[in-house]
Amino acid sequence: MPSEPLVAEHILEFPGGYARTTGPVIGRFLTELRGGRIVGVRTAEGKVLVPPLEYDPASGEAVTEEFVEVGPAGTVTAWAWVDEPRGGHPLDRPFAWATIKLDGADTALVHAVDAGNAKALRIGSRVWPVWRSERTGHITDISYFAPEVTKIVSPVRAEYRLQVGGSLLTFLEGVERGVFLGGRCPSCEKVYVPYRVFCPACGGPIADQLELPDTGTITTYAINNLPDPRAPEVPFVSAYILLDGADIPMIALVGGVPAHEVRQGMRVRAEWVPEGERTKSMANVRWFAPTGEPDVEL
Amino acid sequence: MGNRCAVIGVGQTHYTTKRRDVSIAGLVREAAVRALEDAGLTFKDIDAVVVGKAPDLFEGVMMPEAYLADALGAAGKPMMRVHTAGSVGGSTALVGASLIQGGVHDRVLVVAFEKQSESNATWALSTHLPFSASLVVGAGGYFAPHIREYIRRTGAPEHIGHLVAVKDRLNALKNPYAHLKIPGIDLKMVESTPMLWEPIRYLDTCPSSDGACAMVLSSESAVTGTPAWLHGTAMRSEPIFRADRDTVSPQAGKDCAADVYRQAGVTDPRRQIDVAEVYVPFSWYEPMWLENLGFAADSEGWKLTESGATALDGDTPWNASGGVLSSNPIGASGLIRFAEAALQVRGMAGEHQVDGARLALGHAYGGGAQFFAMWIVGREKP
Repeated sequence: MPSEPLVAEHILEFPGGYARTTGPVIGRFLTELRGGRIVGVRTAEGKVLVPPLEYDPASGEAVTEEFVEVGPAGTVTAWAWVDEPRGGHPLDRPFAWATIKLDGADTALVHAVDAGNAKALRIGSRVWPVWRSERTGHITDISYFAPEVTKIVSPVRAEYRLQVGGSLLTFLEGVERGVFLGGRCPSCEKVYVPYRVFCPACGGPIADQLELPDTGTITTYAINNLPDPRAPEVPFVSAYILLDGADIPMIALVGGVPAHEVRQGMRVRAEWVPEGERTKSMANVRWFAPTGEPDVEL
Repeated sequence: MGNRCAVIGVGQTHYTTKRRDVSIAGLVREAAVRALEDAGLTFKDIDAVVVGKAPDLFEGVMMPEAYLADALGAAGKPMMRVHTAGSVGGSTALVGASLIQGGVHDRVLVVAFEKQSESNATWALSTHLPFSASLVVGAGGYFAPHIREYIRRTGAPEHIGHLVAVKDRLNALKNPYAHLKIPGIDLKMVESTPMLWEPIRYLDTCPSSDGACAMVLSSESAVTGTPAWLHGTAMRSEPIFRADRDTVSPQAGKDCAADVYRQAGVTDPRRQIDVAEVYVPFSWYEPMWLENLGFAADSEGWKLTESGATALDGDTPWNASGGVLSSNPIGASGLIRFAEAALQVRGMAGEHQVDGARLALGHAYGGGAQFFAMWIVGREKP
């Protein structure tokens, strides 16, 4: 016995392809395809065959000379999904072979359907031909069929150039120096942080700035189990932190403690990034971490 | 309160994850036509149209009211857009009602919608502007700390939120328009769903829905069919960033309730209001609003929920329709509450009808619980 089978490639192909005459019925169908139309032929019994046949398979009689324009849309009557298209297939991406009953036809045509994925097709799906731009009179003049358009993608994009307002700029300049700036409303005496120029409660102006300490108390918080690019891990804690001396809490990340050990009333201090890395941004505060002091009664 | 006003037509689409078969115009049209059919009227009989929806960023259609004028038969008529975040549906009904109460029009069509499947609401609510220090991820991330604070203050046990999550979904099974239908839902099922924003589990949250709701409002002289009469209407707002703001039980909510009760002559809401449709997008907001709306004393709301009083067969049913927890086309959610209240007093709520309902509350809130809209409707004329 030889140890290896003896193998050779062999290609059987008539040079240039067969020259096939169509006859008048199939020829008419292909001529109409070249013109961007799909026609069927009527049988003696009145049925419309698409694609046309020369002889009625039901009776064996010659079909009539009456051609009927059908479609162009049709309904899928059966289909099989092709996950891995082969070289000779009409599409280079997964598609369906389907039998399609074009509107006005009594029989179904086999063609490819570009449906994206198998879930998008069902028996009864409506499909439309997508035509080749250069037509020659061949069934491939229809590149494939495609489902009806039911959805479009509508990109909406607006580009802004945002300039920080005066009060927020003041606050962020403070943050760059490592301090939180707030302001006291002269009429209701409430201390707001971040610094702002008018009081949201009484509407009066806030002129005076004051520096607040970077320590405070967690009033309440959420343990977030959904990831966020601004948080280092999941779960993360976003907390309302009432800075000492402030009357309104700030929302900030809590770190340096497991999420489930965070408590309402817990004392925390801002953990600043090193001085050389600071910018006019809240990113200067990595997070607030517990100070170890006893909890505050809320 | 001005001239008498009544709801004479209600129309809803079925609420679902994706309405792939219609455009936004087709969606609102469906609700509007149903409301007109209910009133026995056509677009010709309408004097003005008021449209409400939540932020334009949800669908990316800027000023959709302009595009929707044709679909709502508004050509040649006054048309306006209302926007007050999540409470917008309620505010839309109240703006429409004010046009009748003020004697300006006889019949006003109010319509609200959302087609959430066109984008993602959490994305649209968390656009992360530069320089902003906010660390809030969607509505759940915003409301979770306030729910935690409610639990701390009241000592409510952990399962209270889950009870609401079950109760509202059981009601939804009786509402043909409801989105979430979860036969066999129980406490164990809710407790086994993932924790999203502690203490909020997946089934403690509302779904994302496509849908629209519409109502025909009428002056007394133009009433057709079965009216639900307005006994009180109120809106309030408050600044979201204000020192000493009570985010658990906002003052604006209390003031809004006091106003609407005063107009309707309600002094004991739990006894006098037969059924309430209250905006509860996260389950814990039922006990929170029970207190804010005066159905229970401070710290006692959760006990009312736990006792079953707010169930369909309880003494003060809340969200017989399944509520926002079962259907949430955001912009329409408030209007649905108002419409369901009207259906109840008209005796047209079908399988989720509360027997003999004569007075009903519709409620909506929005933003960071900073916008409130309420109405009380009754079977009899005020």
